Amino acid sequence: MNFWKAVFAIIRKDIRAELRTKDIFSSMFVFALLAVIVFNFSFELRVPDMKMVVPGIVWVAVTFAGTLGLNRAFVIEQDKGSLAGLLLAPVDRAAIYFGKMLGNLVFIFIVEIILLPLVMIFFNLSLLTWQHLLALFLGTYGFAAVGTVFSAIAVNTRAREVMLPILLFPVLLPVLVAGVKLTGALLDGEPLSELLNWIQLIVVYDLGFTVVAYLTFGFVVEE
Amino acid sequence: MTQNHRATALIVLTLVAAALIMASAYMALAGAPDAAGLTEDNTYAQRIIYFHVPSAWLSMLAFGVTMVASIGYLATSKRGWDSLAMSSAELGLVFTLAATASGSIWAKPAWNVWWTWDPRLTTYTIMFLLFVAYFMLRSAMEDPARRARFAGVYAIFAFLSVPITFMSIRWWRTIHPVLIDPNEGFGLGPGMMAAFFLSLASFTVLYVVLLVHRYRLERMKEEVDDLKEQLGY
Amino acid sequence: MSESDTPMIEVRNLIKSFGSKHALRGVSLRVMPGESLVIFGPNGAGKSTLVRILSSLSRPTGGTVRIGGLDLARHADGIRRYLGVVSHAPLLYDSLTAEENLSFFAGLYGMQKPEERIKAMLQRVGLYGRRGDLVRTFSRGMVQRLAIARALLHDPEVLLLDEPDTGLDPQAAEMLHGLLSELSGRAAQAPSGSPAGAAIERPRTIVTVTHSIERGLAIADRIAILVNGRVAHDAPVGGMTAAEFRPRYDECCARPRGGGGR
Repeated sequence: MNFWKAVFAIIRKDIRAELRTKDIFSSMFVFALLAVIVFNFSFELRVPDMKMVVPGIVWVAVTFAGTLGLNRAFVIEQDKGSLAGLLLAPVDRAAIYFGKMLGNLVFIFIVEIILLPLVMIFFNLSLLTWQHLLALFLGTYGFAAVGTVFSAIAVNTRAREVMLPILLFPVLLPVLVAGVKLTGALLDGEPLSELLNWIQLIVVYDLGFTVVAYLTFGFVVEE
Repeated sequence: MTQNHRATALIVLTLVAAALIMASAYMALAGAPDAAGLTEDNTYAQRIIYFHVPSAWLSMLAFGVTMVASIGYLATSKRGWDSLAMSSAELGLVFTLAATASGSIWAKPAWNVWWTWDPRLTTYTIMFLLFVAYFMLRSAMEDPARRARFAGVYAIFAFLSVPITFMSIRWWRTIHPVLIDPNEGFGLGPGMMAAFFLSLASFTVLYVVLLVHRYRLERMKEEVDDLKEQLGY
Repeated sequence: MSESDTPMIEVRNLIKSFGSKHALRGVSLRVMPGESLVIFGPNGAGKSTLVRILSSLSRPTGGTVRIGGLDLARHADGIRRYLGVVSHAPLLYDSLTAEENLSFFAGLYGMQKPEERIKAMLQRVGLYGRRGDLVRTFSRGMVQRLAIARALLHDPEVLLLDEPDTGLDPQAAEMLHGLLSELSGRAAQAPSGSPAGAAIERPRTIVTVTHSIERGLAIADRIAILVNGRVAHDAPVGGMTAAEFRPRYDECCARPRGGGGR
């Protein structure tokens, strides 16, 4: 079957299934919101200006919530054995990767879009510019690209969900650093043209690891 | 009889490595000239460079070998590649720890801080975490074929992330300049260069020797395990 | 797809180990096109592992598998199109309706206008009335029926079934049995109550793992017994009845190691 048709069929299926239960989505969103609130209380009294820590708060909350979402996505497939259903079909393993990855990306990005206005309200900051969204998107893409492969690995280990953060966070660090830098600089009013090296970094990360994931995902899902 | 030749070669290599290490230890601690223009404490502390830099270099080399061996395993499904990857990762873990610890120890007398978030030190810490994650993944899996495959895939991602992590922390740093950098002022005089390269060479030989030993050990262990359950234990 | 004397499924010296656990210790089998092989064996004999390998979900540690003359290891993607698999895991999506599940898989198998076929399959397994309901609301028997519909949707040449009758109520088990009889070329006409369009023409190559001796014998052309990862018996059914089969089966299971197949 045509590669991209399969990819979109998988994404559509995941979105449709998720719309029915809103399982993954709601747990991600609630978790992210709680993380933001908890961080607020952690910092509020010791930091002169919350604007300094908001970028970090946003990215950490997204990372934790995203990890939760990635785990749930694969645990569900695994437990019902439905991943086997996908593997039985004459579909390129890489198409399964892109389908799941882009589906994860959509879910996490939607959570972020809903979270941002709330962050804006809590901290009186403007985060809904296209530059912010671009930075957020690029970072989230990197997260999904690598996280999808690692969650497929983690789900098959004894430690299961606990394994994912251990595997993912060190590898994800450049994305976090770049994301926080970009968000912070944009909040400080720097134009995007000054921040091109950071954008380049994330883009290189995203593209590079997409290629690696494309090449290695097959090894992860086959028994 | 190649078996005997190999065994002899290994013994010779091991002795050579031992000799080199002793020689470079002498050079590092006594033979090399003092660095110019440093305080008393720092003069001694500076000698850690003969240990710190080779360790760091070796941890990178070991990680590279792990990655290449992982690709080898994924391509051929031969257990030997996985054993090589794992052996090299073990050594890499040790050398990364050595590099990080020695970097920290150097920082104290030089600048009176135990830690500095400079890009190299930070990257080595991340590398340490990557190695640890690699072994945690391995220990969380029972089926050897799957374990080798998963660990192999992870090793590839992990190794490739290191240069990008380094770049990101380097750029992060230029915006928040960290005043302390153990790697500045690295100029070495000619006498010191000789000691330095001797150190580098002997550490590399040490790595190769340890790797071969560890690899053989691992293969023997697999053979024993195979024999055990053939006999029905 | 293949000549009449090339086996449809050919397994040679198949070995599968999970570390020190050996599930298959050198299994060799052949199934000719249109033949129905039924595999019996005690639990832990390696039957499910064998089916998993045949369905391309699992890679063997040693040995070869050829399906339709092609090496499974190299041509898995091409071969999958011709495989239909029913296992005890449903391989279906809880949060989608029966119809949506079939639509999704029809798409993955590259079926062009699957609506007619989906409707026919749903009717054949008696789920047409529940096509708009979420699979989560189905009983175990209904889920299994849908799984069978899914396996047959793309009209596969080879069917692999791993204990497909587990958890089925008698009515569903009867329906499954009727379906398998048809597919193995035994029953000439479709059972009453389903449209003629759902009748299945030629006999497929079928490998069934089951614990039900009567039903298994009824649809088998050939019987194999797997014990402890080895083939202990592999012969045409030759009109054997259940009564005749039982002692043979007990004998195979009682021996510490199986006979041929090495």
